[in-house]
Amino acid sequence: MSRIAIVFGELRLQGRKALIPFITAGDPEPAMTVPLMHELVKAGADVIELGVPFSDPMADGPTIQRSSERALKRQVGLKDVLTMVAEFRTTDTRTPVVLMGYANPVEAMGYEKFTARAKECGIDGVLTVDYPPEECREWVEYLERRQIDAIFLLSPTTPQARIEQVAKMARGYVYYVSLKGVTGSSNLDLNDVVNKLTRLRSIISIPIGVGFGIRDGATAKAVAALADAVVVGSRIIEEIENSPRDEVLTNVYHLVRSLRGAIDEAGGTL
Amino acid sequence: MKVYDLPDRHGHFGPYGGVFVAETLIAALEELRVQYEHYRNDAAFQAEFAYELRHYVGRPSPIYHAKRWSAHLGGAQILLKREDLNHTGAHKINNTVGQALLAGRMGKSRVIAETGAGQHGVATATVAARYGMECVVYMGSVDMERQAANVHRMKLLGATVVPVESGSRTLKDALNEAMRDWVTNVGDTFYIIGTVAGPHPYPMMVRDFQAIIGREAMVQMQEEYGRQPDALIACVGGGSNAIGLFYPYIDNGNIRMIGVEAAGCGIESGQHAATLMTGRPGVLHGNRTYLIQDENGQIIETHSISAGLDYPGVGPEHAWLKDSNRAEYVGITDDEALAAFHALCRYEGIMPALESSHALAYAAKLAPALGGDKLLLVNLSGRGDKDMATVVARASGITF
Ligand SMILES: Cc1ncc(COP(=O)(O)O)c(C=O)c1O
Repeated sequence: MSRIAIVFGELRLQGRKALIPFITAGDPEPAMTVPLMHELVKAGADVIELGVPFSDPMADGPTIQRSSERALKRQVGLKDVLTMVAEFRTTDTRTPVVLMGYANPVEAMGYEKFTARAKECGIDGVLTVDYPPEECREWVEYLERRQIDAIFLLSPTTPQARIEQVAKMARGYVYYVSLKGVTGSSNLDLNDVVNKLTRLRSIISIPIGVGFGIRDGATAKAVAALADAVVVGSRIIEEIENSPRDEVLTNVYHLVRSLRGAIDEAGGTL
Repeated sequence: MKVYDLPDRHGHFGPYGGVFVAETLIAALEELRVQYEHYRNDAAFQAEFAYELRHYVGRPSPIYHAKRWSAHLGGAQILLKREDLNHTGAHKINNTVGQALLAGRMGKSRVIAETGAGQHGVATATVAARYGMECVVYMGSVDMERQAANVHRMKLLGATVVPVESGSRTLKDALNEAMRDWVTNVGDTFYIIGTVAGPHPYPMMVRDFQAIIGREAMVQMQEEYGRQPDALIACVGGGSNAIGLFYPYIDNGNIRMIGVEAAGCGIESGQHAATLMTGRPGVLHGNRTYLIQDENGQIIETHSISAGLDYPGVGPEHAWLKDSNRAEYVGITDDEALAAFHALCRYEGIMPALESSHALAYAAKLAPALGGDKLLLVNLSGRGDKDMATVVARASGITF
């Protein structure tokens, strides 16, 4: 069983929901990424989404764009991200790590080389934002061969037929983007989440995470009552951005800790 | 006989093109594809488009024989397709009229655009005023500085110009920002992309709207010269003016098609925007195409004296035309383009855009090697007024 399936299985037994924080690898500096990942786990993260910096993050809002630019200034590329995960794995063999990024860095490295390295480094899933299911059959085959989960996005505007298509290809969990817009926007629509999740659950058997626009404990709690996982990105990046370098780890810890608390208050409804 | 029929249903030109966007944009693109496929075959829509091109844009644009310049170069005859004479001074307006009409049919009240040189921004602001739509144009702050005149033009036309400060602060970043706007405001907003790039159906749709250039040329050449040209030459930024000229000729295999990219300070210098000459295939801005990128797959900042060619990608149809050897792609440096700019001013009394000057410069290289009976049709994609400041600043070595 994959690390992702194990974690969701355990949470289910405990009647708890997953907290999935997102950070960009190399932000604010390369040496801090692995310590940050450990801090996220200490604070209660169940899965870590690690952003791969890209020069043209078309689906991201200003906060994640800035984090990507900070990482790129330090020349952090896909191969460095893989090395960071390998280092993380020397002391944490339990927490699933999902890479989130864009297609071009992966294509530049090559499917075979990337998937082989990713497996070696202990990567559990990959979400390639600009690969919709129609354009990535070969890519998903490569991931499948290495038993790396292909994570897909679904949005409020995804029609039934596409949801069914994604249901067939997606592994690990699917990521429901709860608003129209880019990452970091603040117009998450809870009513939409309520309506859509019921429908999604009738088609999708793997866990469903909700993200894009979750900025505080109250929203995290409300979403946790509905979804299997809560994904928080821009809010954490803001904390990294606004903290003095020597307080980044503690401030991120406290933020994630409080989100964890809010999510656990929601309790299990499954 | 028509044999070339790309793209396929999914927007693929061979391995290129397609729809590489986040799920959040898929529904909007699907709506656009369905609507465009409908109006593409709708006689009333096409009639209104033709009417607007004639009465508002001022088409057909003439083919002009640059006799004095051709004689000076000594060799082939250089003919110019005068897109510089269009309303707003470039080919860009052909496409913005088409997309604005479609936006109107789709009930969208707000249009957005990205722009590099500002020509597409001006052409979008123009049609937004013409059809009574709100208009927001995204422009890299670097480009806003070097194309200040066009920023004023857009504002005078009632558009809001939003400076883009992310990434390299040029055209590619403006495109990212416009996409972000679109995904957020997709209910009332139509995104007018300015070149044959972006996800399907944009490369096909923009090509179709620009193909009026080549269709007119075919008729005009037959009427005025009794035959078609030996070669077509056009500059390639994203590739819309080039594909507009080339497309109707694709099945006519004995006519050479030459796309001219910006070689900037020289290919060896690394300071250029010659995507097809030096790039590798990858995924950017919603499609698979050649890209100027580093070994990590990051997109590299490009350089060209002309903002309109300063783009690290290229339309996917050009990628296909290159791989299939139907078209050739060559490079012209900043200095060579400037020399052609001055030559056209002096020999013909025509001030070309710096983008178009790249195509002219290649024609000037090619012509002397060919006989005087050969005809080179160059797409003069725009006029050079917008480039005055750049040219004057670079003119220190040239005597006025
Ligand atoms: C006059 C002119 N020619 C050419 C271009 C390049 O665009 P494309 O390659 O799409 O024709 C531009 C772009 O701004 C332009 O303004």
